[in-house]
Amino acid sequence: MSGQAATLTSAAAARGPLAMEAVSVSKDFKIGHGQTLHAVRDVSFNLYRGAVVALVGESGSGKSTAARLLAGQERLTSGEIKLDGKPVQVRHRSDFRRYKGQVQYVFQDPFASLNPVHTVRYHLQRPVRLHQGQDANVDTEVVALMEQVRLTPAKHFLAKYPHELSGGQRQRVSFARALAARPSVLLADEPVSMLDVSIRLEMLSLLDDLRRRFSLAMLYITHDIASARYFADEVLVMYAGEIVERGPAEEVTQQPAHPYTQLLVASAPDPDNLGSALRGAGRRGGGRGGNGRRPGSPAAQSQPNVTAAGCPFHSRCPLADGRCRLQDPALLPITATRGAACWHLDVAAPELASGLPGGGRTTTN
Amino acid sequence: MSAHPDQAPLPVAASSQAPGPGAPGQDPVLAIRDLSVVYRTPGGDVRAVDQVNLDLAAGEVIGLAGESGSGKSTLVYGACRLLRAPALITSGSVRYSGRRVTKPADLLRLSPDELQRLRWREIAIVFQSAMNALNPVLNVRDQLLDVIHAHLRMPRDQARERAASLLDLVGIPRARLRSYPHELSGGMRQRVMIAMALATDPEVVIMDEPPTALDVVVQRDILAQIVELKDELGFSILFITHDLSLLLELADRIAVMYSGQLLEIGTAEEIHREAAHPYTKGLLNSFPSLRGPRRELAGIAGSPPDLRRPPPGCPFLPRCEYGTAACEAVDMHLLPVATSKDPEHVTACPFVLPQTPPPVAADAQPETAGEAGS
Repeated sequence: MSGQAATLTSAAAARGPLAMEAVSVSKDFKIGHGQTLHAVRDVSFNLYRGAVVALVGESGSGKSTAARLLAGQERLTSGEIKLDGKPVQVRHRSDFRRYKGQVQYVFQDPFASLNPVHTVRYHLQRPVRLHQGQDANVDTEVVALMEQVRLTPAKHFLAKYPHELSGGQRQRVSFARALAARPSVLLADEPVSMLDVSIRLEMLSLLDDLRRRFSLAMLYITHDIASARYFADEVLVMYAGEIVERGPAEEVTQQPAHPYTQLLVASAPDPDNLGSALRGAGRRGGGRGGNGRRPGSPAAQSQPNVTAAGCPFHSRCPLADGRCRLQDPALLPITATRGAACWHLDVAAPELASGLPGGGRTTTN
Repeated sequence: MSAHPDQAPLPVAASSQAPGPGAPGQDPVLAIRDLSVVYRTPGGDVRAVDQVNLDLAAGEVIGLAGESGSGKSTLVYGACRLLRAPALITSGSVRYSGRRVTKPADLLRLSPDELQRLRWREIAIVFQSAMNALNPVLNVRDQLLDVIHAHLRMPRDQARERAASLLDLVGIPRARLRSYPHELSGGMRQRVMIAMALATDPEVVIMDEPPTALDVVVQRDILAQIVELKDELGFSILFITHDLSLLLELADRIAVMYSGQLLEIGTAEEIHREAAHPYTKGLLNSFPSLRGPRRELAGIAGSPPDLRRPPPGCPFLPRCEYGTAACEAVDMHLLPVATSKDPEHVTACPFVLPQTPPPVAADAQPETAGEAGS
C-alpha cells in the first residue's frame, strides 16, 4: 500500500523542497478488554517547504494523532518519520528539544494552550531562550515575533495576561510562540476552529503569510473542508485512521471521489443553497415521511469502525458490499497527484475512474 | 395568572397542531421590545444589549448571527431572565403569547412563580455545550424525568413512557435510556439535549450555538432533524450562532447583531442576495465557500469596539470600509432598505445600499490592519 501511495506525487511538491515525510505511519492504542484501536493506520504523506497540506476528517478520525506523531509527542507503533531526509529518532530530552526547534505545534484552543498566570512576554521569552540560546537578544526578538503575527503595538500587549486578550489575539500569541523556535515545519491542529467566523479568515491569511515569509512546511488539520479548499495545496481526507482520499485541494473539494469525501462535501453548509433541505424540509418535501433520513448517513450509528477489518467506511457507505466488509481497499492513484481508497470508485466517481489507464479499479489485487 | 401551562394535551410526536409558519398579521410568539442589558463592572457599565427589537413568529426559524461578544447570547438569556448579576436589564419588554396562554405575558414583569411555570414549559433552551450541560452522574432517563417532573404534572409510569418516546423522537434507541452522558457520542449527547428541550412540547426553542462542537456530517443530520421536528410539532426556533453560512441555509429570517445592537434583519434570501449593511456584507465575504468558483475573500479587519466606551454613532465605523464622518452622528434605528421589495428587510446603515460598490481601496489592505489600536 505504501508503495502504491508513493507513486503519487503530492500536489504540494511544486512549492518547495521536501521537509518532512511520514512513511507508513501507524499508531495503535490499547483500549482494554484485549482490544486495540488503530488510531492511525499506515499513513504516508510528505510536507514541503512553503506548502500547506490539509488533513481533513471528523473528530476521532485520527488526524490529531497523526499530527502528534509528527510532533514527537506519541511513539509510533510502526512506520517512520523523516525530517530533511533523515529518520527522526527522539530518544533523549535533548533530541526532543532539537527536534522541537524544527517542528512546532499550534494547538486548537487558545483559551487552554496559554498559561493563565503568565504574561504574553513570558510566553514568548521562554521559547526564545530555549531555542535561540541565552545570548539571544530576547526582548528584541520577542517584539519582532509579535510584529510578525501582527500583535501590534507590541508594547501594548507584552504585559497582558491571556484573559485580557481576545480569542484571535491569543491565537496570535500561540503562533508567535511556535515561530520563536524558528521552525521549518508547523503543525497547526485546528488553529482557527475555536475562533469566530469573521476572524478565521484573517488568521488563515496570517498563517499563509507566515508560510510564505518563512517558507514553512505546514500541516493544517481541520474538519472544515471549505477552508482547506482555500488554504491548502494538497488535501488528505482521513477516516477512521486511514487516508481515504488525497489530491490537489481544488480537485478533491470540487470533484470528490471517495464516498466519504462526497458525504463530507455534501454536509458542509452551502449558503448558496437557498432551497436547502434544511429549510422547511416537511413544508416542501411533501412525499417524505416524518422519520425520513437522508441516505448514506445512518445518523445514530455514525461511529466509525476502528477495530475490525474491511473498509472503515463500509457501515455508513451506500455502496458497500461483501468485499468492503472483508477487505480494506488500498489507496490507489487516480491521476498523478490524486488517489482514493475505494473498491467502487467506478460507481462512486465514474467520470474520474473512467480516466484511469485500467478503466477503473474493478479488479481485486 | 397569565399562563395555564398544565392544561394543554401533550402530543409526543403528533402533528395535530402544526400551524402554518408565521402567517402575516398573526401575533408573534415572542416580541422583544427595546431590550437593554448592561453588565455592571468596576470599570463602568458595559452596554451588552442596546435597545433591541426582535419578533419571532409562530413556526419561524430566526437566526441570530454575531461574533463572540456581540451580545447575542446576552440578548436571548436576558429575554428569558436567565442572567444574574452583574447583568442588569435596564429597559424593555418581552411579550410572550403562545397557543397555551390566554393572554400575552411580559416575561420581564412576571413573578418568579409565574416565570417558573413558563420556563421550559413554553420556552426551552438547548444549551451551548452538550458536553457540559448534561449531568454526568445521572443517566439519560433520569435527566429526562427531571425535566418532565419539574414542569409537567404526570404520573410516574406515564413520565417514563414519555422519556422513552422522546428518545424515539430524536432517533436514539430506547436502550440508551440507562446510558450515562460519558457513554454517548457527542452527537447523541446533543440529541439528548434536544429531547430534553422538547420534553414539555414548548412553543419556543432557543438553540445557543448547538452544533458547533460536532462534525459537519453529524451536525447536518441533527439540523435536518430539528427542522423536521419543528415542522412536525410546530414550535419556533431562535438559533444563535456566529456562523452566517449555516443560517443562510437554515433560517427563515436572519438578524445580524454587533456590539449589542441589531444592524440588519431580513429573510435569508434577502440577506444572501442583497445584504445592505457593510458588516453583513463583510460577514458574507468572510467564509470560504466549498462550491462555486473560488472568490476573493476579504474578511473584516480589526476587532469589535470596547463596549465600556462605545464609539459615537455606528459601532461598526472603526472597521467599516464605507465609513465617513457622517457615521459618527448616525442614529442607530433599523429602517427599511430603500431598494428592497421586502419592507421587513431593515438595516441600521442609512448610507449603504445592497448595490453600493465598495469604495476604492485607498487605505491599507484589510488583512494588514490587524487588531491595532484596541
